[in-house]
This record gives sequence, structure tokens and C-alpha cells, in this order.
Amino acid sequence: MPNQHPMLTSLARHAGRIAITVVVGGLLSATLVRVAPGFGIDEAELDSRLSAQSIQALRRAQPGQGLGAFYFQYLVRLLRGDLGTSRSLQRPVAELLEERAPETAESVVLGLTLGWTLGLSLATAVVMTRSWGLDLTATLTTGLLLCLPAAVLALIVLLARMPGRLVLALIVFPSVFRYSRNLLMRSASLPYVLTARAKGVGGFQLMLWHILRPAAPQLLALAGVSVSIAFTAAIPVEALCDLPGLGQLAWKAALSRDLSLLVTLTMIVAVVTLVANSLSDLLSKALSTVTAEVAA
Amino acid sequence: MKWARNIGIAFLVTVALACVLADFAAPSYARQFRDEPGAAPSRQHLLGTDDLGRDRFARVLYGTRVSLLLAPAAALLSSFLAVLIGGSAGFAGGWVERIIMAATDLFLSLPWLFLLITVRALLPLNVSPVTSVAITFALLGCLGWAAAARVICADARSLARSDFILLARASGSSGFRLLWRQVVPNLRPIVFAQFWISIPVFILAEANLGVLGLGVAEPLPSWGSLLRELQSYSAITGQPWQFVPLILFVVVVSCFHLVLLEQESPA
Repeated sequence: MPNQHPMLTSLARHAGRIAITVVVGGLLSATLVRVAPGFGIDEAELDSRLSAQSIQALRRAQPGQGLGAFYFQYLVRLLRGDLGTSRSLQRPVAELLEERAPETAESVVLGLTLGWTLGLSLATAVVMTRSWGLDLTATLTTGLLLCLPAAVLALIVLLARMPGRLVLALIVFPSVFRYSRNLLMRSASLPYVLTARAKGVGGFQLMLWHILRPAAPQLLALAGVSVSIAFTAAIPVEALCDLPGLGQLAWKAALSRDLSLLVTLTMIVAVVTLVANSLSDLLSKALSTVTAEVAA
Repeated sequence: MKWARNIGIAFLVTVALACVLADFAAPSYARQFRDEPGAAPSRQHLLGTDDLGRDRFARVLYGTRVSLLLAPAAALLSSFLAVLIGGSAGFAGGWVERIIMAATDLFLSLPWLFLLITVRALLPLNVSPVTSVAITFALLGCLGWAAAARVICADARSLARSDFILLARASGSSGFRLLWRQVVPNLRPIVFAQFWISIPVFILAEANLGVLGLGVAEPLPSWGSLLRELQSYSAITGQPWQFVPLILFVVVVSCFHLVLLEQESPA
């Protein structure tokens, strides 16, 4: 029997995937927190004045908790929005997230906007002008950027006294340019584009309706992936450019081995990137359907 | 573009040889020339010395050796895992493939650097340099298999449905024997391509970790720790030779991409 609601099915599949990530990620996070150094140890045990018997008595006084109960309580707390307390910063993780998420969100949005604008405009210019000089310059520039680690790019931007947020754009830009250039080139060489060109359809109209529109679903899919690229680059960029965001927080948590904070951050960023990927995938499918219907 | 590939290969071979012969070409990476900290390039120290008086040329050679020899080792480990996971999934097909590939997709959707530093933080940070090298590259190898596994799974799936596998099955070959003797050897070209693709990715990842202080521990140099020196802005003004590791890094990664470009382009 044919699926009458493909979009709904797709939506349910994506929602299920995110839910599985939360549950599996929660369990993995709980495991990591449980095996982290210092888990279940009372700070009073570190008091050098206490004898061995007193420390033993303190340990006996702590309520024991089975593995299953620990996982269950961890997940319940997670679903309630209680993300635990940072061991190194001695503050609730939710509070730290609330404080630092806007900085990262601003950097990521700015980086994505700039990177996409630059990458897509340059790819469009290369396809429209068909200038080998421009193509070669753009390919070499993006090739050079792809050979630089995000951390080094952040250092170079710092040395050049430019704003650190620019780095995210410089990291997103080469991937967007290379992918969209290849996509638009392929789209531009299709027979119906040549026919439209022969019939005298102008440059901008040709690009918008005959080259960009068919490539839009794949470009949307890339948009989801670029969110993940930007978040990944946020760690070195924020750490080195001293931007107080989630990336810097993750770096500090890693250096102080604050696993409860680190795994929560990783999980949240994973869910955000999964949502972005799912959205781009759904939009891409919807656009493909619309394009196919228009063509029919 | 064959000439570009040949230049890339020649450069990589030269750099690899120089690194292997580092013991003869330069003093020890850890030896301190206490009278000459931060010295300019000279006949004795081709790239000068760092703040601790260590010969920078020696550190570049040894650092390149660490990164250039261990990134392929990590790529080998990740390729092995990718064959094991992707190959088995593609060969088994059905619900086994669906479950393994769903898990792979989930793994791929995790932000790579977040995952890397989380697992790195789980392991001891205060370790000997040799242990830190082993941890860094083993981690890269263990966490970098997912993308390759996807490609290998698709290839193994089409191989599992091919005629020669059907014939092998008909002649009585069992599951594992069939996988090991018939499927895996035919996956070799795609595995080699994935192995080659992983090397520059791991070199970049190690550099990122090194600059963040989560990579190879001092005094053992690696590209990450060498590039970290760029952080001291005041120290490098008027010392352009400090950019040599960066230039070498970019050229080596570009050479890997050039070789890949040739592999990707049709014959």
C-alpha cells in the first residue's frame, strides 16, 4: 500500500531518531559520569584529619544506588531539565548553558550567514561568468582554507586583529563554495539549461529558475551539515579567541576533566545538530516534491 | 593533473624521508641550548631556537615525524573498523544492516570535536609524551570510522548481491569465509581510498587538539604543539621563521589532497 503521508512518516522518523539519541545519549552520558574520576566520593573524605575508620564510616553512610536506578534517575532528571552541577565551576549546568548559549548561537548564525553568502555568491559568480581565472582563484583560496585547522585559522585571525567570529565563516565558506560550485556546474550543463540559454533566457533568470532551483534540495541538505561544521569549529575558535560560549566551556571542561558538564554539552550540541539536519532533510524533501510537481 | 599528483607524492616522500632521518640531520628535539633561547636562524640552528632554547628545525622534523607517521596508523585503525562494521553490515543486509547503519548515522551526526574532547577528557591528561601520542592517535582511529563504514557498507551490499558471490554460496562457502575470502579482497580499492582520505582529516584533528592543549604532551613535538607557538603573538613579531611549521603543514595537507584529487578524477 502506498504511503499517503510521506512527509508525516518522514517527520515521525526524524522525531524518533532524535528521541533515540536523547535516550541512548543519556545512558552513555550517565555511564561516563559514573566512571568519571571522583564520582560518588564525599568531599569530606579529603579531610586529612579524618582517620581511615571515619572515612569508611562516611562511605557506609552514603546511600548505595544500583546501576539501573542510577540510569533511570539520570534520565528522569534530564527530561525534567535538571542537567546536574558542574564539578569544576560548582554551578548548575543549566545556568551555565543559559549564560553561554547566546554567544555561541550568535557566532554560529553569523558564521553560517557570512559563510553561505560568500560561498554561494562566489559559486554563482563562477558558474555565471565561466571565468577560469575566478574559478582558479576561488578554488585555490578554498583549498588553502580547507588545509588549515580551525584552531590555526583562529590564531591567524587573532594575529591579524580581526574579529574571532569571522573564523566560523571562513570554515563554512570553503565547504559551501566547493559543494555548491560542483552542484551548480552540473546543473548548468544539463540539456534544458542549454536550451533555455539558446532561447535567450537571460543570466539572472537562468541562474535563479533553471540552475539554482533544481539544485536547492541538495543545497538545503548541505545547510544541515554546515550547522554541524560550525558547532565543531566553535570549540577552538571560542577557546582561542576568548569568546565566552559553549565551545569555550567545553574546552575548559575538558581541561579540568569535568565530564558531567562535557557530556551534557556534547549531548545538547548533538541534539541541536540533529534537529538542524532533520529540518534541512525535511525541507529538502518537501522542495524536491514541489519541484517534481511543477515539472510534471 | 597527473603532474600535480606526482609533485605531491614526491614532496610527501621527501618530507617522510627527512623525518625518518631526523636523528642524523638534527640534534635531539628535547636538547636545550640554554645560552641561546629564542635565537634567530643560523648555520647551527637553521630555524633558530624556541623560548626554551630547543632547536626549532629539529622540533619541526621530529614533530612532522610524529604526525606524519601516526596519522596513517590512525587511518589504518579506522579503516579496519570501517571494514569490520560497514563490511559486515553490507554483507549481512536486512535488519542487521539497518540497525548498524542507523547507529553509524547517529554517530556521524555527533559533532566530531565535541565527541573527541569528551572521550579524551575521560582518559588521563597527565601522562607521558609517548602515552599521549598513543592515546591521541588511537582515539582518532577509534572515532573516525563512521564515514568510511557508510561507503564500505554500500559497496559490500552490492558485492553481496553480485553473481560471483552467488556462485561462491552455491559452491558451499560459509558466511564468514565468504566475507573474508571473497568480499573483503574486493573492497580493497574503496578501503584504500577511504584510508587515504582519513590521513589529512586526522592530521587536521591532531593539530586542533594540539593547539587546544589536548593532544601530544610536551616535550615531544607534534604539528599541534608546534602550531601552538603561534599563540604568543609578541614572540613572533619580526620572527617570520616561526611560520615554517605552518607552511610545511599546509603544503603537506595540500599534497594529500592533490593525491586524492587524482584518485577521485576519472582515469
